[in-house]
Amino acid sequence: MSDPVVPGLVSINEEHRETTIVVETARLVEAATHLRDEEGFNFLSDITAVDYLGWAGADVSGYIGTRAGRDLNRPMTQGYQAVPLAKPKRFAMNYHLLSISEEPRRVRLQVWADEGEAVPSVVPVWPTADWHEREAWDMMGIAVAGHPNLERILLDDDWEGHPLRKDYPLGGEPVRFSEAE
Amino acid sequence: MTATAPSVRRTPIYEGTRIPSPIPTVLATPPDLAATGDVMTVNFGPNHPSTHGVLRLVVDLYGEDVTGLAAVVGYLHTGFEKNMEQKTWWKCITYPERIDYVSFQNNEYVFVAAVEKLLDLEIPPKATWMRTLLCELNRIHSHLVWLGTSALELGAISMFWYAFREREQILDLFELVAGYRMHTRYFQVGGLAEDIPRGFYPEARKFCDWMPRAIDDYETLLTRNKIWLERTEGIGLLSAADAIALGQSGPVLRASGVDWDLRRVEPYLAYHQVDFRVPVFPEGDVYARYRVHMQEMRESVRIVEQCLDRLEHMEGDPWIADDRKVVLPPRHELHTSMESLIHHFKIVTEGFRVPEGEAYMAIESPRGELGCYICSDGGPKPWRVKFRAPSFVALQATATMMTDALIADMIAIVGSLDTVMGEVDR
Repeated sequence: MSDPVVPGLVSINEEHRETTIVVETARLVEAATHLRDEEGFNFLSDITAVDYLGWAGADVSGYIGTRAGRDLNRPMTQGYQAVPLAKPKRFAMNYHLLSISEEPRRVRLQVWADEGEAVPSVVPVWPTADWHEREAWDMMGIAVAGHPNLERILLDDDWEGHPLRKDYPLGGEPVRFSEAE
Repeated sequence: MTATAPSVRRTPIYEGTRIPSPIPTVLATPPDLAATGDVMTVNFGPNHPSTHGVLRLVVDLYGEDVTGLAAVVGYLHTGFEKNMEQKTWWKCITYPERIDYVSFQNNEYVFVAAVEKLLDLEIPPKATWMRTLLCELNRIHSHLVWLGTSALELGAISMFWYAFREREQILDLFELVAGYRMHTRYFQVGGLAEDIPRGFYPEARKFCDWMPRAIDDYETLLTRNKIWLERTEGIGLLSAADAIALGQSGPVLRASGVDWDLRRVEPYLAYHQVDFRVPVFPEGDVYARYRVHMQEMRESVRIVEQCLDRLEHMEGDPWIADDRKVVLPPRHELHTSMESLIHHFKIVTEGFRVPEGEAYMAIESPRGELGCYICSDGGPKPWRVKFRAPSFVALQATATMMTDALIADMIAIVGSLDTVMGEVDR
């Protein structure tokens, strides 16, 4: 990775032999164009949206832990080895890039968004982003600004809610009671 | 990592790009043609025998010509990814197989490998070689299903019987190994679920001896068959540049002249220790995709043989890693060791924990780049699992390939993409 110059760069992390480049959401298209044209990442493998609602929260799995590890003096701390690192915003959008060239490389481009915050579309950079972004909208409710055809893809057009969000109810059908009619 | 130069075709398949604009996945009928009133919109699917599952294509027809096309997917959506968030890591292994029900071993492997990446777990050689072997047998299986059904759609019904005859042999091998013909769930985080049963190697050898002759038969039937050539040559063109821009991978990409196979450029399992060729064809049409599939089956048989050569000398070796925090203890220890009993109980009830972090694992499935993204918060259940399904991406190319196509070509083109709808809709 030729140093610094990814536009809007926030941080670069190396974990599990994978590089994650975090950029400012507003400058995503600029960063994506740079990575495609200057760094040779001509192939967009995948876009994954992740909802971090309740991440590291005690109400998720009923544990109380500390960042440093288990606290043996407090009950119920046996659940996790350590409290996971807090995340900057609720949603992460991960763009898994690949360079189809003589030097095959992968990188994860990451932007963060809060509820209701739009993420710019990368369809002009990689046309294959079309359905991936529609899926992120359908499943996770991430509005993609500038997408040419932002409609639901896997679910019905009249579906309510975005099922992969952490606050989406897991079971049950909405019931219509006779009094309400 | 081995560096390879993707071969670029000297004369492009076609000039410029054919990706529709502004929506890359929708081919729109030209407005002046639509104004004539002679364009008919037809719903092709979702239930049509030659859509490989429940795919709906909204096609604009001007006589026999396809002037507009939009693929509509989602009829098979079952929420696998959401389901997996509710299960412990080791119970999740059954889900990926059902996502792509034709290449189940590969799907199973990609998930297990992603978890092993986060765990930083070392896999014993015997398990690595057996996984390679099964993944390759599974590739042959998947290509046979593709060959049989795609040829059937173009009228070559006998092909279907031949392909499914050999498929049956592969399923028998899977049954011998795992007890199940499909969705074997034979890969465990750390290795294999059971030792390789006695009698597997000779049976697999028999298959390897038989299969090249069977492929010869298929090629005799199709490769120089006049009708087959007329239906496939020059149909569904996709240039190398468009294929990369549309995220195409696997046989579709290699049939567009790009020398790219993850088994070679990012070797996983034992692929850096086996000898195999990567077939590449520069024509970018349906026929080239057919040729890639046929040659890949031959190469897969060679890989299976090389795996058998190694495995036959590994009698008695461990087939799963010895990490008691992740791997179930050997059954016989449960009667004598309290520690083992506790570990067994904890792993079965609560599940093992995967360190916090995120990982993306990509492998070359029969359909192309199959990716698995996992995110863990350090607990016994995945926080998020996402599959990069090659079929999902492949369907995005239908609009580009349908330029100047006839309605009959559409069947050949969609068939050549080798899509499995379970994987598209997940």
